Amino acid sequence: AFPKRVKVVEVGPRDGLQNEKNVVPTPVKINLINMLSETGLQVIEATSFVSPKWVPQMADHTEVMQGINKLPGISYPVLTPNLKGFQAAVAAGAKEVSIFGAASELFTKKNINCSIEESLERFEEVMTAARAASIPVRGYVSCVLGCPYEGKISAAKVAEVSKKMYSMGCYEISLGDTIGVGTPGSMKEMLTAVMKEVPVGALAVHCHDTYGQALANILVALQMGVSVVDASVAGLGGCPYAQGASGNVATEDLVYMLNGLGIHTGVDLQKLMDTGTFICNALNRRTNSKVSQASCRL
Amino acid sequence: QESEASGLPEYIKIVEVGPRDGLQNEKVIVPTDIKIELINRLSRTGLPAIEVTSFVSSKWVPQMADHKEVMRGIERHPGVQYPVLTPNLQGFHSAIAAGATEVSVFGAASESFSKMNINCSIEESIEKFEEVAKSAKNMNIPVRGYVSCALGCPYEGNIIPAKVAEVSKRLYGVGCYEISLGDTTGVGTPGSMKRMLEAVMKEIPLSALAVHCHDTYGQALANILTAIQMGVAVVDSSVAGLGGCPYAKGATGNVATEDVIYMLNGLGINTGVNLYTVMEAGNFICTALNKKTNSKVAQASFNTGTIN
Repeated sequence: AFPKRVKVVEVGPRDGLQNEKNVVPTPVKINLINMLSETGLQVIEATSFVSPKWVPQMADHTEVMQGINKLPGISYPVLTPNLKGFQAAVAAGAKEVSIFGAASELFTKKNINCSIEESLERFEEVMTAARAASIPVRGYVSCVLGCPYEGKISAAKVAEVSKKMYSMGCYEISLGDTIGVGTPGSMKEMLTAVMKEVPVGALAVHCHDTYGQALANILVALQMGVSVVDASVAGLGGCPYAQGASGNVATEDLVYMLNGLGIHTGVDLQKLMDTGTFICNALNRRTNSKVSQASCRL
Repeated sequence: QESEASGLPEYIKIVEVGPRDGLQNEKVIVPTDIKIELINRLSRTGLPAIEVTSFVSSKWVPQMADHKEVMRGIERHPGVQYPVLTPNLQGFHSAIAAGATEVSVFGAASESFSKMNINCSIEESIEKFEEVAKSAKNMNIPVRGYVSCALGCPYEGNIIPAKVAEVSKRLYGVGCYEISLGDTTGVGTPGSMKRMLEAVMKEIPLSALAVHCHDTYGQALANILTAIQMGVAVVDSSVAGLGGCPYAKGATGNVATEDVIYMLNGLGINTGVNLYTVMEAGNFICTALNKKTNSKVAQASFNTGTIN
């Protein structure tokens, strides 16, 4: 049986744009987030408080955070890789933050230049500060179904890292198939292991569609009781590990499937598609959403 | 062992429809020798069935005008079936004369679609197919039946599962050995797929069912997964996702064979098909058509240079 309701976490403005080549002007980012706020989405990941040297696309994090309309009932989490980023985020008005761990040592080393253990120690600082400020923290685990450097990732390792982040105080753990190599088979195996350590109500899936498997993987996760799914409007965000390949699953295509399953999301698909059209025009690119492509009749 | 434990079929037969359904819905007319080369490459991948061409009037489907030459020109690999479409008795006889050893007939679960597509009612179309099936039976030629619009119709919209079950039963009753249920416009979701299959499975044995999903709304793999979870063990697909959707300009159509195989491999389900050689065949035809592949697996693999 499927969950009756699914919470869709929109990561387009952060994960999506971060992996788009063209740097997007601040007013466009703000308009994107404002339009998303009108669709019924309850969670919209707004930006990342990371050094602009590493992620130029997110250099305007403070302006974006301060510029967006913050509608009541909607959460606007931001990425905070360390205490410094956390403090900047809070100063800019953030009320929820996210931290990014990984189930792969090599990925962690290449991405943030330390071991998994060291990354968790850095996060502990953020957790302590967040607790003191009553700020909820969402934890991401990358490479849950495979790593661009290590290849296969053991389900037990994913469970171990997820458990640690949950015990540290993350209210939710988003399990990311970072390079989209997962299939319903590996998704099931991974979730079975993780669900032994983290309650299913605290789990989310973040599937990439690089190999076209995202919706099938999400379907399996739903069948196992997961009720929080990350997605990116228009499927924004390519894959940095496979040039020209796609990345995030498109929110429109996800909502279309959930609607067909009779699962409540609260999201207005038409408004979502209009938002996708806006950002694709601004980026001068075609949408990655098939629902949008089919509905446009261009 | 993995697929057994999960309740999924151990083996799934993939029916490759790229050379017919795929090319038929591509704008560019493909030269005969390219069609033959494509089919020959597909014959070496392990695919058990490859739909070759359509014995329909070239006035209606110019892409398939070279049906005789294609049928006569391809290599016939042992253990591989090469079905062809035959809309009526005339087409059937022409197909047999050209060497066909299996044929397909196309019905629909929508009266409007039947009228617009082949200019007759569902019942009239089944009468024609019955003629084909009778002749085919006399010659020991297997007949595959397709039911279009199984999850929705471009003209009628919603299609009730009972109607799909009724048409499937009629086709099975006139002698089709397998019924391929087609989501012609790709509007189906796991929800509607399940309801439709539940109704059809009351009338047709599971082993005689196949699903033919279009990826126009990105739902194909999720729909196929739902079908195989219910025990369906035959899946249609098209190399490189050839074939757009005639009802939504610019939209995609058939699901890509590569993406289906990737999923089935990940589930531990045996198909007998070599994914890499299918990707190579896809690369060949896309180069010939001067178009980008619709297969995400091919896109990702050719860009990283590795297969995961």
